[in-house]
Amino acid sequence: MDPREFWGKSSKFWLCLILLFAVLLGFYSNVFSLISTWQREESQSQDTHSVVLQRMQPEKKESSERDCHLDTCRIPEVPRLVYPKAQLLKPTRVDVLVMTPWFAPIIWDGTFDSAILDAQFRNITVGLTVFAIKKYVVFLKLFLETAEKHFMVGHKVNYYVFTDQPANVPQIPLQEGRQVVVLEVRNYKRWQDISMHRMEMISNFSQQRFLREVHYLVCLDVDMKFSDHVGVEILAPLFGTLHPGFYRGDRQSFTYERRPLSQAYIPRDEGDFYYAGGFFGGSVPEVYRLTMACHQVMMADQANGIEAVWHDESHLNRYLLYHKPSKVLSPEYLWDEHMLQRPPLLRKLRYVAVPKNHAEIRNR
Amino acid sequence: MKLQYKGEKPFQPVTPSQYPQPKLLEQKPTELLTLTPWLAPIVSEGTFDPELLHRIYQPLNLTVGVTVFAVGKYTQFVQHFLESAEQFFMQGFRVHYYVFTNDPTAIPRVRLGSGRLASIIPIQGHSRWEEISTRRMETISQHIAERAHREIDYLFCLDVDMVFRNPWGPETLGDLVAAIHPGYFAVPRQQFPYERRPLSTAFVAGGEGDFYYGGAVFGGRVARVYDFTRGCHMGILADKANGIMAAWQEESHLNRRFISHKPSKVLSPEYLWDDRKPQPPSLKLIRFSTLDKDTDWLRS
Repeated sequence: MDPREFWGKSSKFWLCLILLFAVLLGFYSNVFSLISTWQREESQSQDTHSVVLQRMQPEKKESSERDCHLDTCRIPEVPRLVYPKAQLLKPTRVDVLVMTPWFAPIIWDGTFDSAILDAQFRNITVGLTVFAIKKYVVFLKLFLETAEKHFMVGHKVNYYVFTDQPANVPQIPLQEGRQVVVLEVRNYKRWQDISMHRMEMISNFSQQRFLREVHYLVCLDVDMKFSDHVGVEILAPLFGTLHPGFYRGDRQSFTYERRPLSQAYIPRDEGDFYYAGGFFGGSVPEVYRLTMACHQVMMADQANGIEAVWHDESHLNRYLLYHKPSKVLSPEYLWDEHMLQRPPLLRKLRYVAVPKNHAEIRNR
Repeated sequence: MKLQYKGEKPFQPVTPSQYPQPKLLEQKPTELLTLTPWLAPIVSEGTFDPELLHRIYQPLNLTVGVTVFAVGKYTQFVQHFLESAEQFFMQGFRVHYYVFTNDPTAIPRVRLGSGRLASIIPIQGHSRWEEISTRRMETISQHIAERAHREIDYLFCLDVDMVFRNPWGPETLGDLVAAIHPGYFAVPRQQFPYERRPLSTAFVAGGEGDFYYGGAVFGGRVARVYDFTRGCHMGILADKANGIMAAWQEESHLNRRFISHKPSKVLSPEYLWDDRKPQPPSLKLIRFSTLDKDTDWLRS
């Protein structure tokens, strides 16, 4: 559609008036670049799309952007694919809830088709953050090796390994399009502080480099291994994972922080799920906001002489209660076979705990 | 500290509220599929909490637009459409109806609630009803570019010969929204009335297709609706140049496009029903449906 065609349709009087008005307000340039931007070849860079969005919608309307796939902010196009047709009268899972009351999909095996999703998420880069501080470096080899087999296979991945011992990061053979980035950070004496300061470190690096390097961030615990497919089905502006110990429970039994003095406080009659601190993520801007917010409230708690019962996990739960995630991962995505008996509703175990001697590995 | 992430507004915090905890382990099976294989929600009664959604969407100060086309004899449907919309459509939100017509004098004045507007937009009539139907995509995309993108956040493009019977709220909002056609939700894809001639740009091969979507309801964020209607219009133009008109006009093109640009949210047939059909038990609440009418006379 030629922009000149639009203007040609108006009467001469309105044309002059509108042109004058447009020049004064810069309106004309907005609409012109808006139309020509839409006509331009779809570019994969975030800059182009964000410019289109900014020009299109004034400040107040940007709040409606929360629904968009961050990487393109357009509806992704897929090529002709062959796959079985979904049937409206045959739900794929009848034993579990697959969607929250705020329309966030709950990801279980059988609910998604990877062929379609991989096509929708082609050309994205996923950042994975993992912390290997002090003795935890010993978990890196198995973590990275299994990630190579199961995590975002076929997509570009940056492993961001935060460590106080860069020399001890193992060299793992990597598939094409995947790299390990070692980020040297300080350690803390107490393991609780190491855990909590992950929020601060992720927020710092989000702003400094992740925003420019990846589309999505996945923030994981290191003392784990991948045992089955973990792919783009998890990606969303903001996602959390159901903690394997609490997916059956009532909200009153969730181990939220219950002391009102703490910033992580959640009253007994509130709460959707108990999310695990070891697997969360989303778009870089959303993860930045989450980690920054959690870091700030943890500092506030520290100043008030209180530490939340489950540290960063408590604060994560409060954040996700009031900023509802756009996807929720089932306990398939975080399980501990040694602590829990696997129920039939868990058809796959994708990311599982590696046994460790807690006393030995912490605080040394 | 502000991050220059450009263009994305943060998730607005939801105010604390009392609502039941989601039940993760459902004892009774849900009757309808609630998620597409590409993880788009399928909206039906019972899948969402209207209160919770209101709390999420209300603070965003959204304006929702509606386009309807009332050309020729179809102007007679406007009154009933608007009156029922005033009762059931997006209660509590700002709404802007855009009524496209070749006869503005035939459009009745309907009393609208506060924060709700109607604009009557003159368009050309056509002797052939197929022509009127296929020009809608072009008209909508032009209207968005010229005007609507400044006035609304979300847009729904609806047929006018329909009426709202039950609430239609923010559960329907999404990036790109399609509605499942009431006539084909229980049949295999080979029986969908897609355009089957390869010459047409709306061609769909035998092994393709997710759902058969209805042309009477589609929508989404205004930028995405622009992309969508423009894409359909391009296909319609190409067909015109090749002397072919798709089996179900723009509905065929809409269906072709929804295969390659999958909707981010799908509305169950509750949101697009045909009153002539018996209501199956799996559909709990019919919200928007056809009026029984003499189609031949209307199109003459």
